Amino acid sequence: MTAPPAAGATADAAPAPRAGGRRPGLPPTVRYLGGRVLTALVSLLAVMVTSFFLFRVLPGDPVTALTQGRAVTVEQLEAMRRDFGLDQPLPQQFLDYCLGMLTLDFGTSYQYRVPVSDLILERLGPTLLLAGTGTLIAAVLGLVLGTRAGWRRGSVMDRVDTGVALTLWSVPSFWLGLLLIVLLASGAGLFPTSGMSTPGVTGPLNVALDVAHHMVLPVATMVAVVYAQYMMIMRSSLVDEAGADYLTTARAKGLRDALVLRRHAVPNALLPTVTLIFLNLGRVVSGVILIETVFAWPGLGSLFYSGLRVPDLPIVQALFVVFAGSVILMNLLADLVYPLLDPRVRT
Amino acid sequence: MTAPAAPAAPDQPAPEPAGPVLSASGLHVTFAGRGGRAARAVDGVDLEIRPGEIVALVGESGCGKSTLARALLGLVRPTSGQVAYHGRPLDYRSRELKRFRERAQLVLQDPSGSLNPRHTVYDAVAEGRRIHNGATPDEQERVAEALSRAGLRPPERFLLRYPHELSGGQRQRVVIAGALILDPEVIVADEPVASLDASVRGEILRLLMRLRDDFGLAALVVTHDLGLAWNIADRIAVMYLGRVVETGTVEEVLSAPRHPYTRALLSVLPEAGQEPQVLAGEPPDPTRIPGGCRFHARCPVLASGRAEAAGVAERCRTEDPGPLPAGGAADAACHWARAQAAGG
Ligand SMILES: Nc1ncnc2c1ncn2[C@@H]1O[C@H](COP(=O)(O)OP(=O)(O)OP(=O)(O)O)[C@@H](O)[C@H]1O
Ligand SMILES: [Mg+2]
Repeated sequence: MTAPPAAGATADAAPAPRAGGRRPGLPPTVRYLGGRVLTALVSLLAVMVTSFFLFRVLPGDPVTALTQGRAVTVEQLEAMRRDFGLDQPLPQQFLDYCLGMLTLDFGTSYQYRVPVSDLILERLGPTLLLAGTGTLIAAVLGLVLGTRAGWRRGSVMDRVDTGVALTLWSVPSFWLGLLLIVLLASGAGLFPTSGMSTPGVTGPLNVALDVAHHMVLPVATMVAVVYAQYMMIMRSSLVDEAGADYLTTARAKGLRDALVLRRHAVPNALLPTVTLIFLNLGRVVSGVILIETVFAWPGLGSLFYSGLRVPDLPIVQALFVVFAGSVILMNLLADLVYPLLDPRVRT
Repeated sequence: MTAPAAPAAPDQPAPEPAGPVLSASGLHVTFAGRGGRAARAVDGVDLEIRPGEIVALVGESGCGKSTLARALLGLVRPTSGQVAYHGRPLDYRSRELKRFRERAQLVLQDPSGSLNPRHTVYDAVAEGRRIHNGATPDEQERVAEALSRAGLRPPERFLLRYPHELSGGQRQRVVIAGALILDPEVIVADEPVASLDASVRGEILRLLMRLRDDFGLAALVVTHDLGLAWNIADRIAVMYLGRVVETGTVEEVLSAPRHPYTRALLSVLPEAGQEPQVLAGEPPDPTRIPGGCRFHARCPVLASGRAEAAGVAERCRTEDPGPLPAGGAADAACHWARAQAAGG
């Protein structure tokens, strides 16, 4: 911040060049960014440690689960256990786990017998497609409806829009998903109930249309359950902005109400909203796991679910770190984007 | 100094009797309050602002000054009564309102709040012109000119700054420059210096006076500071609970106040040299305006029996002295003051 010039005669003078008040050493921007990145790294480490212990306290023994219904000797069980490294003492297992994580070697899946990183890479695309499309639609819908509701707070439209959004939001996504399947897929046969593609479809255009057709229900479920949070965030930050004096000033200068909203209120209300949207992306992750499971979408969520049933420790540990890591990354992005949007933090 | 009813200056060759730029007549603004109680924030006001004249609107907090100011600019629609611009009732259709808003400008108390934090000084000042004239090639020139008229010199040094990089006084000058770029006839300033340092206050006030003297700008300055009103205003209107209870030239009202409320306000000034008179009773509440004279429950003249002695006590309690006419003459809405004047 520039120090305001002293009162009296100097008040008319332009502010002094922004030199004073800065400590020697790193420029503030670098210090700010460095601090944020450091915080993110520390959180990621904490997540890695948590992931290891979290899934080991789950009930169920992977070896028993994988051999269920088959006649196996005690020796075979022992061999499997050795194979998975589960015969080692816990500290040794932890050490191996940490070394693996740090070298991005997530181990081999117990049930699929392939490297976890291969599985993740294979499943990443479908998840990004579903979560990305759903989030984008939900965010746009939420921002538009939230703006409308916040600008006319207390109106009938505000009440209806808010009521619908909160009702959908409070519905469990798997329930809504099943309902849509029953109504539109199984019953009417309008949409496929599961998977991402129909076998045998060829040609880029046909494949794209086929995937889009499969996406309709999962994306609709996700949008319905998620858009309320964007809407409520936008609505409340617009309500906060709505009493601001600069809106009155703009109106008094003759600016049309719609432009007062578009030029002044929305850009300022978006500022806190963008940050909160990034922070809320964590919910997207948990939502995607459920929705992929319901619609058998071949993504990370259903992989996680299949790993959780065993428990296939390498898969669930790695995915937990990936999911939590993406939330941390989003938070970091929010911190980094904010100064670009707000001149007050930019200094 | 006895001002005649007509506001014309004596040494001018009989100018046309200038009509008011902006006037209110019988203005009421009622807000639907909580629990069904309506707040009569402005409760019957007649007021005139003439060209080249600064009118001060004073009164304690909550008496309806800001509401009146906003109603005068068409930002709040009156419940009844009307606002007139050059004698023509304000037209609230958007196109007509927009044309009016090119001529009448608003300056609010807190310059930090009245500037969009994400707009540069240039954007803030140019906005009014863009609204009414679109983007013109001479825009930058006009912005610079408005900034220098508002005392920000050299203007080039401010154009690309953001509000948070300026001092409070500079911010208020930016707000004023944003008003001046439209060459308005009248400015309504709602406590324009209340949030500023004492040292900067004088400069902003001098700026308003210079704009009046040099450009014939008319202004309504809302304040609860009588000293400030004394320094800059030509006329003054004292407001109490939604009504103007005393008006006149600054000299008339402040050196010979008639209304007991004005006297009480003046008595707390350090220059008054008399015992400060603290008003008794509950603070005024626009949802419960008392019958009779709205001030009677707190009136020191009534409480001390002087009204009784003048034989008006009963009327104070039961009869509303009524709104004051907007004309120029000094007047007070007070039974006792009127009885004193009549009785000599
Ligand atoms: N939008 C509104 N809705 C309901 N009541 C309102 C509204 N605006 C003002 N009021 C009420 O009207 C009365 C007058 O308010 P106003 O802001 O005009 O007072 P003021 O004289 O400007 O006070 P201050 O000196 O504190 O700024 C107050 O009692 C206030 O509570
Ligand atoms: Mg006010």
